[in-house]
Amino acid sequence: MGVIRTEELLLNVGPQHPSTHGVFRIIVKLDGEVITEAIPVMGYLHRGTEKLAESLNFTQIIPYTDRMDYVSAMTNNYVLCHAVEKMMGLEVPKRAEFLRLIVMELQRVASHLVWWGTYLLDIGAMSPFLYAFKERETIVQLFNELCGARLTYNYMRVGGVKWDAPPGWLDKVREFVPYMEKKLAEYDKLVSGNEIFLARIRGVGRYDAQTAIDYGLSGANLRCTGVKRDLRRCEPYSLYDRFEFDIPVGTNGDCYDRYLLRLEEIKQSLGILRQALEQFPEGGETMGKAPRVIRPPAGEIYVGIESPRGEIGCHIVSKGKAEPYRLKFRRPSFVNLQILPKLLVGETMTNLITILGGIDIVVGEVDC
Amino acid sequence: MSDRNDELNEKAAASGATGEAPAEAGGKTASDADAEREAKRQAAAEARAARASAKAAEAGEAAGGAPAERPARAPRQAAGADEPAAPKEPSPLQPRLEAAAALVRELVNADAIVEAYVNELGTHVPTLVVKPEHLRQTAELFKTHSTLRCNYLRNVSGVDYETYLETVYHLANIETGDQYTIKARADRSDAVLDSVTPVWETANWNEREIYDLLGIRFNGHPDLRRIMMPDDWVGYPLRKDYEPLDPEV
Amino acid sequence: MGSLLSSPMTWEHALAVFLWGVVLMLIVLGFVTYAIYFERKVIGWMQFRIGPNRVGPLGLLQSVADILKLLLKEDTIPRKADRMLFVLAPVLAFVPSFTVLAVIPYTQKLYFADLNVGLLYYVALSGISTLAIVLGGWASNNKYALLGGMRSAAQMISYEVPLVISVTGVVMLSGTLNLRGIVDSQSGGWFWDWNFIPQIVGFAVFVVAAVSELNRTPFDLPEAESELVAGYHVEYSGFRFAFFMLTEYVYVYAIAGLTTTLFLGGWHAPAPFLDFVPGIVWFALKFTFIVFFLFWLRATMPRIRVDQLMGLGWKVLLPLSLANVFITAACIELFQR
Repeated sequence: MGVIRTEELLLNVGPQHPSTHGVFRIIVKLDGEVITEAIPVMGYLHRGTEKLAESLNFTQIIPYTDRMDYVSAMTNNYVLCHAVEKMMGLEVPKRAEFLRLIVMELQRVASHLVWWGTYLLDIGAMSPFLYAFKERETIVQLFNELCGARLTYNYMRVGGVKWDAPPGWLDKVREFVPYMEKKLAEYDKLVSGNEIFLARIRGVGRYDAQTAIDYGLSGANLRCTGVKRDLRRCEPYSLYDRFEFDIPVGTNGDCYDRYLLRLEEIKQSLGILRQALEQFPEGGETMGKAPRVIRPPAGEIYVGIESPRGEIGCHIVSKGKAEPYRLKFRRPSFVNLQILPKLLVGETMTNLITILGGIDIVVGEVDC
Repeated sequence: MSDRNDELNEKAAASGATGEAPAEAGGKTASDADAEREAKRQAAAEARAARASAKAAEAGEAAGGAPAERPARAPRQAAGADEPAAPKEPSPLQPRLEAAAALVRELVNADAIVEAYVNELGTHVPTLVVKPEHLRQTAELFKTHSTLRCNYLRNVSGVDYETYLETVYHLANIETGDQYTIKARADRSDAVLDSVTPVWETANWNEREIYDLLGIRFNGHPDLRRIMMPDDWVGYPLRKDYEPLDPEV
Repeated sequence: MGSLLSSPMTWEHALAVFLWGVVLMLIVLGFVTYAIYFERKVIGWMQFRIGPNRVGPLGLLQSVADILKLLLKEDTIPRKADRMLFVLAPVLAFVPSFTVLAVIPYTQKLYFADLNVGLLYYVALSGISTLAIVLGGWASNNKYALLGGMRSAAQMISYEVPLVISVTGVVMLSGTLNLRGIVDSQSGGWFWDWNFIPQIVGFAVFVVAAVSELNRTPFDLPEAESELVAGYHVEYSGFRFAFFMLTEYVYVYAIAGLTTTLFLGGWHAPAPFLDFVPGIVWFALKFTFIVFFLFWLRATMPRIRVDQLMGLGWKVLLPLSLANVFITAACIELFQR
């Protein structure tokens, strides 16, 4: 009778898998149910946006930005427009800036709702997914009325926004804000105290502030360790410096803190929306004095803003032409995902899904 | 003056011709609509030429020999020629740039810096271009020195200037919010740079992406392999001289 | 039925027994079809949406259409799969689920088998389905299926122990393993005579362990959709998959029937003045409530993790059920002498 040999199991999670949030593959070496090594493989959704951008002018690149982080397309639009406007020193009219801010905060709420619903679906609860999408449907309908698209908006332009709010749109947003606040409290009560849910999330995927800074994490992934860095406060852009909002910060650096932080961020976004709607200017232009052909002066710039996933940045090198010489996007999901192999060693397969969901990635952004 | 007129006409004709050529190329497959467009373009070109020559005639009479087709520029140039331009004000971050540059010269190497300036486009960011052999030490200096303490690497980009390749590191100090940029250049033919992954772990996948798309190899990187393209891809797609496999792309 | 079973076996009697069996099977199949339909409807309503409503009036023919689709599908067997075991697994899962239905009594007169060890029969046979799940997971030649099968084996074995021990209290109170006898011992006219109040701890443990035995949320790790992509039956399609689904829903029927019998008073009315309603109606109502409760759990709860599941089974449920046995014994000693 020979010795019974146990082998390491090599398992492929993805690229087609219900929980990898897109076309993303992790090669996992298992010893029983415990992961000994995890190797992420990406590039399945690489579409060459950066190379394409070198032959398109800036207005033509805006639809491409929509498709990177398709769950929060407005912030992607904004980072490009903002970078170019900063390079050229363009001023954006008040009304346009307010519209941009309202749209970005609504997008943040929608993106966090998608994250919440899909995260709970991964953990096994089926119903919150539908509740989240029902609320998101209202937001997406609002965007549809505003700019004609539900997911990839192509709304902002260098110097302002393309379309003005149709009559009655702002009132709908004004109705939505208190409704969402009420619903958020309901959903919070439904899920956040659930014993099974807490047992699944607490203490999972823990890391400290030093690791987070070293790995360049941003967004809720960084704030859950106690580092209070939110680009809306640290490097204020748009009109954020005139609104009051808190930056929620966690203490433990585990999945539960990230969960609570994102829910709190929805609440803060609703607060900002409320203030913005109160201060919304009556009339005004939606487009500033931008030249017909957008030619930033020669030089380079890097600008980062706070997208729901973290810091999204745009590095433009321009030679004074209408097309950028080099356009590089710093994508938060790409950088945040680097910590995954480190977090997964020693975890079980179930926790893989919990941790991966907690980082909140969108594969369109990982691959760009 | 008549030869100036001829010059203008030639120019107009030339621009008209270049305007026509694409119209013709399009016109080969099109119909009357294109012919109409062509006719309109020609008419417009002729009108332009007529206007320009009229203006030239006027300005030529008035200024006598000054470049007539650009009357707007004349006053500016005159102004420039008359008084010395006001010196550009130094950026408020200039002292910080000097301090950082001094530290690098002192603690890394006396001639490690190739260029030091403040990038004033948009926000003011002190930028240092360092020699590739001193990149790693400069990175460590920026991370650990008590006045700099840039523990957060925001972004690593690779740029292909046609004669050389460059990597750009955008750093930030989380406590104070200071930002710095470090750049390093590599040859195109044999692009090798030191990896800063041991300094900031953020650089890991960013450098893999630069290796994959631009072809810069990083010494000391723990796991340098392609990240976006398939593993057996040949060539570096983001380079300016990259020939795509599919010529129609 | 009792008379049929106690009289000598002639060809007519054999035929009658056989036909009753067929009737039961048709009822169970009807139950399965409409349980699936109602599960989708009820969960849909809990999620602010309408469930199936297109196929047939109010969507009532949806399950029929689904089953028809499954029957018409191509029978794929993965190339490197262990053919014999692959084919055997669904059959082995289904047969015990149907056989355990024999011991469930519906009313005083309507029952199929009057075994003196009815409860033991149930527990023993339902364990065979665990084997079938492990077989299915192994024979599929798929790592995900294997993981699902392993998890399922661990789960079902761990939860059978508290399941049986929690019922011991009921057995002690009734003095018999015969399911009809257990229901008889709950006759007193009022709902507080039913076993779920004196045996509240046992009832709680039983419900948790039963949900786990059924592989339903929150204990549906073996078929965790979002992690293992359907776990042990990932490679099964068509009619074989239908068998696994059938097994699950027949077990739902069996557990609901068992819970009603053991803890909720079987066919007894909750109050004496409601006696005029026939027993079968009460049985059906209690049965329906338990099935609804299972659907409700599925819509609400997230899934528990495998190590937490093991911890729950061995460290919480087992001691509780043992404690229940001791306390029941002490109470019987003290209060019934």
